[in-house]
Amino acid sequence: MNLSRKWLNEFVDLPLAEYDDRSFAEAMTVSGSKVEVTEDLSAHLKNVVVGRVLSMEHHPDSDHMWVLQLDVGRDAPVQIVTGAWNVHEGDLVPVALDGALLPTGAEIRSGSLRGVRSDGMLCSLKELNLTTHDYAYAAIRAAAILGDYHPLDKNRPSIPASIAAGDKIFGPVLAAEVTRIRPAEAGWELVLDLGAESVKALTPCANLHLCDLVAYDTRQGKVCELSDLHAEQKEFPHCIEDGIFILHEDVRPGDDIAAMIGCDDHVVEFEITPNRPDCLCMIGLAREAAVTFNKELKLHTPVVQAKAGGDINALASVVVEEPTLCRRYTARMVKNVKIAPSPAWMRERIRNAGMRPINNLVDITNYVMMEYGQPMHAFDFSCVKGGEIHVRCARPDETIQTLDGTGRTLTENMLCICDTEKPVGVAGVMGGANSEIVGDTAMVLFESANFDGVSIRRTATALGMRTDASSRYEKGLDPENTYAAVQRACELVELLGCGEVVEGVIDVYPAGRRETVLRLEPEKINALLGTDLDVPTMTAILRRLGFTVEGETVHVPSWRGDVEHYSDLAEEVARFYGYNEIPTRFTGAISTCGGFTPEQLCERRIGEICRGLGLDEIITYSFISPGYYDKINLPADSPLRDSLRILNPLGEDTSIMRTTILPSMLEILTRNYNYRNREARLYEIGRTYHKRPDGLADEPKTVSLGAYGPEMNFFVMKGWVEELLEGLGTAKPRFIREASNPSYHPGRCATVWIGEKCLGVLGQIHPRVMRNYSVDAEFYCAQLSFGALFEAQGGVPVFKPLPKYPAVTRDIAVICDLAVPVGEMEESILAAGGERLIDCAVFDVYTGTHIVQGRKSVAFSLTMRDENQTLTDEHAEEIVANVLKALKEKYGAEMR
Amino acid sequence: MKEMMQKLRDAALQAILESEDVDSLEAMRVKYLGKKGELTGILRQMGKLSPDERPQMGQLANQLREEIEETIETRRRALNEAKLELQLLQETVDVTLPGEKHPMGHKHPMYNVLDQIKDIFIGMGFEIVDGPEVELSDYNFTKLNIDEGHPSREWTDTFYFTDDSRICLRTQTSPMQIHAMETRPLPIRMIAPGRVYRKDEVDATHSPMFHQIEGMVIDKGVTMSDLKATLNLVVEKIYGKGTVTRFRPHHFPFTEPSCELDIQCHKCGGKGCPTCKGEGWIEVLGAGMVHPKVLAGCGIDPDVYSGWAFGMGLERLAMGEYKITDLRLIFENDVRFLEQF
Repeated sequence: MNLSRKWLNEFVDLPLAEYDDRSFAEAMTVSGSKVEVTEDLSAHLKNVVVGRVLSMEHHPDSDHMWVLQLDVGRDAPVQIVTGAWNVHEGDLVPVALDGALLPTGAEIRSGSLRGVRSDGMLCSLKELNLTTHDYAYAAIRAAAILGDYHPLDKNRPSIPASIAAGDKIFGPVLAAEVTRIRPAEAGWELVLDLGAESVKALTPCANLHLCDLVAYDTRQGKVCELSDLHAEQKEFPHCIEDGIFILHEDVRPGDDIAAMIGCDDHVVEFEITPNRPDCLCMIGLAREAAVTFNKELKLHTPVVQAKAGGDINALASVVVEEPTLCRRYTARMVKNVKIAPSPAWMRERIRNAGMRPINNLVDITNYVMMEYGQPMHAFDFSCVKGGEIHVRCARPDETIQTLDGTGRTLTENMLCICDTEKPVGVAGVMGGANSEIVGDTAMVLFESANFDGVSIRRTATALGMRTDASSRYEKGLDPENTYAAVQRACELVELLGCGEVVEGVIDVYPAGRRETVLRLEPEKINALLGTDLDVPTMTAILRRLGFTVEGETVHVPSWRGDVEHYSDLAEEVARFYGYNEIPTRFTGAISTCGGFTPEQLCERRIGEICRGLGLDEIITYSFISPGYYDKINLPADSPLRDSLRILNPLGEDTSIMRTTILPSMLEILTRNYNYRNREARLYEIGRTYHKRPDGLADEPKTVSLGAYGPEMNFFVMKGWVEELLEGLGTAKPRFIREASNPSYHPGRCATVWIGEKCLGVLGQIHPRVMRNYSVDAEFYCAQLSFGALFEAQGGVPVFKPLPKYPAVTRDIAVICDLAVPVGEMEESILAAGGERLIDCAVFDVYTGTHIVQGRKSVAFSLTMRDENQTLTDEHAEEIVANVLKALKEKYGAEMR
Repeated sequence: MKEMMQKLRDAALQAILESEDVDSLEAMRVKYLGKKGELTGILRQMGKLSPDERPQMGQLANQLREEIEETIETRRRALNEAKLELQLLQETVDVTLPGEKHPMGHKHPMYNVLDQIKDIFIGMGFEIVDGPEVELSDYNFTKLNIDEGHPSREWTDTFYFTDDSRICLRTQTSPMQIHAMETRPLPIRMIAPGRVYRKDEVDATHSPMFHQIEGMVIDKGVTMSDLKATLNLVVEKIYGKGTVTRFRPHHFPFTEPSCELDIQCHKCGGKGCPTCKGEGWIEVLGAGMVHPKVLAGCGIDPDVYSGWAFGMGLERLAMGEYKITDLRLIFENDVRFLEQF
């Protein structure tokens, strides 16, 4: 919402000089109307003044430039060189003087043009950031001047260079010289020399001067423009509908242009929260400002003369068929409409509020919307069949062409404004082209209605046309506002003299006003705020905001649909007492002890261990593409494919909730690989999502590790997993070969077990999966259930006395079948060695020379100790013998 | 005899001082002082002396023994010292060569910030609670006073799993307020960080998945004063002592009164600069008193208990903390990014 500070002064006396942008913005923001930014419109338009053209001469060195002397309200005239052809002696023009700043960002400096001094520049509409919507009269038409003719083919000109007055160009079109020129009502009155005779002619073209040679159509009595000559633009390069903005305003040389076009204003942009649609207009913000600055709010009740007499009820009727979607429909009628540009003050305000002026009637609807916050619509009543307005939902396959020229197919949930046959507008969104106000519109029906916000929003979204009106309606407007708004529109019609208002108002308001009445409960308000405010303070704030307070009863004003509870009253009081005045202190004693849960501590610990191992933490999206399951080779019947599916995803890639975290890790590893990062070692503790019968999800966490790089292999990943488990103090894990996990290399994959519980899987990613990711490298991953890790986590360690007697070590090497897993041999060794064998560590596995094919040599280092005495050699040999015996029995392993 | 001892002394001391290593020193000691050594040899001849001379010679011999021993010891120390010096010289390394590293991994920058915030609240007696991301619309919206028809419930804004819009991906962490009020004993002091989802296309400031931190206190006699005091403290912990804050009215359906907390721009000190978009203030979080209707809806009597709640976006906080300019970097997980923190 843009607020003009100049306009605001009409309602609240807050002059810019006294309340600068900063203090205004700060005060409004802390009272609840947040200011985003304030723009000083004049900041981009400086030192541009009104000038009167005293004289003009051709530039001595140019065939298309003029040297002007201008009165700019100073002692001496200013000389300016211009290339524009639409300027005449006596014209008032905007003059950018030396040092001027234009909205285009251009800075104007004195200089010389082809040797002639020029102390500034004349401005076009565009250079002042204006269009012909702002100043319709400044539209420029241009005649084709023969001296400007540039033939397309130099060798075959359509008009000879030697052409003179009276020569024939084609058919009835002759060359003619301007011998006299004088401004007239709508253009210029010319006397043209046609060689044999002189004729008088009228032209709207603004680019003619004495001695110009033009093309004159003797049959139509018209000075020819480009289209009359069927000429292309480049044949007459200076015949363009652009030029200097010739002022027809009540201004004098030296006046500031910024003030003339209303740029002596500061525009404040507010961020209005969706609960306060009442602040989307001048009056609403003025009310907030008045309370904020403790000033009087000057409101005005519109007065309508209705000089056309008659009675609208005899001419029109309104039937609201959907009273829940249209709570109120108010209408008035205007006869003998005269469409014209609206006056400068109205155009200015419309422009400064960020809209474009169109014509008096359209401008009035926009003006009232900005002033009252009530969207208005004006129909050409002659286009309303049967004189009846029906507010109803669209019928199947009904269509309408909206004002923007687009044909639209309506659906049955869209509320429409219709006549007896067809829609003439999409309610609250946009009018129909079939009832558009045009130049010859004579009878206008002003609609000021209240529509259901949700319905309007859905219609606007479905049609893809969020308009100023719909964006207001969708927040839910005050039905009480429609009457005042339509009155104001009619008052403005009379003020602008753009029509005669018909007597009477149509006002269909089926359910009538619903008033909210609350009890003022000061103790509850103070209890919420932590304040000690008395009733008069609260009452005063509420009254200034438009609430009626009678004893303990508070009547909420109709425009405050957001206030429906005592806590809302508390906020009103707090806003103007000042949020920052509320004491900052702890009123209660802290009665909770807080702290991390065991799960949270475990999660932290896992993170610490992973980082200690050199892994970087990643965060990945919870949703993935269904195609990712194919990428990781998941079988078609895998239960993991049964994902929660988002029905309205942003795209396929983010359309299902992951049931496995592996694709997320592979995605990130692949990305890093493609970025040519030499290595990556990553971890994530993330959730997966599994359907539950009630439609919701189980969302367990998985610890996901992943890496690639020159130092990576299966055992590095396994080492990480072992370190992780050790760091968590779990019992000793077992690793079992896993050849059937479709995502992992069948020969380099293991499941991790503690007791009978499987914690997860680790290994090298299957080369087939790597192909799916188009990566020519080895990825290693592990996925461990966080829940299982948490369960397996060891408790507080219990101290064991340090050994009193030394340990004895013996190394053994055995030869066995290649297929025997060393892990199993280790377990057997420990079992056979008894309690005095305290450790068994593999230190070599060898195949090759001296070893029969299909067999391998495995070397173990055995550590033995007796807790109660020094272990003797005999005892040690005995243990080794038991171990060897067991290995032989179980695996056929022979001592090497 | 006296002369013999004198000779022995001169020869021994010279030999000792000239010896080049500890081993030859030991040989010296044996040669001169050993059982079969030269001094012993001289003393054997004591029998030839008169009884008068014996004590005198004995004393001399003892002095000589001591002197030689002392000299050997001094020389030994000097030789050891020199040897150590040489060793030190040989062992000298180029300290500018790189160290042998076993690099630590890095916590994701956003979780760095999250952990910092968790620690702040833990220190104030809060607990951390966790809850579902696949959520009932009832919890994500209705119980939070967000009616049917509210724009945020549209399919253009929220991800849904069922045609009847009954189950969605939570769009905010605020449903954790409801879960906490429904299941936890009073009083409650909790924060609930987590993932939330909205239908926003990915760009430099938007992501369909992002993180929020919800916080809530429910107790007897809790007021907006507590809200201000606690959040001021939190902001001071995050942004440093002396951070200037401002509370300004705002709107959230589930709190009333509602506010937003701004901090004065640290870059310009409130004058207005590009960092704060000229406003002088930077928005940090939204908060408010838990709406009495929401309390009542969770079975808590608003006449006995009151509460306050807040919510803040984690991504923006982390981006501000580390001056990260593009949200996409957070979820891209490029190790060159991760290893900067």
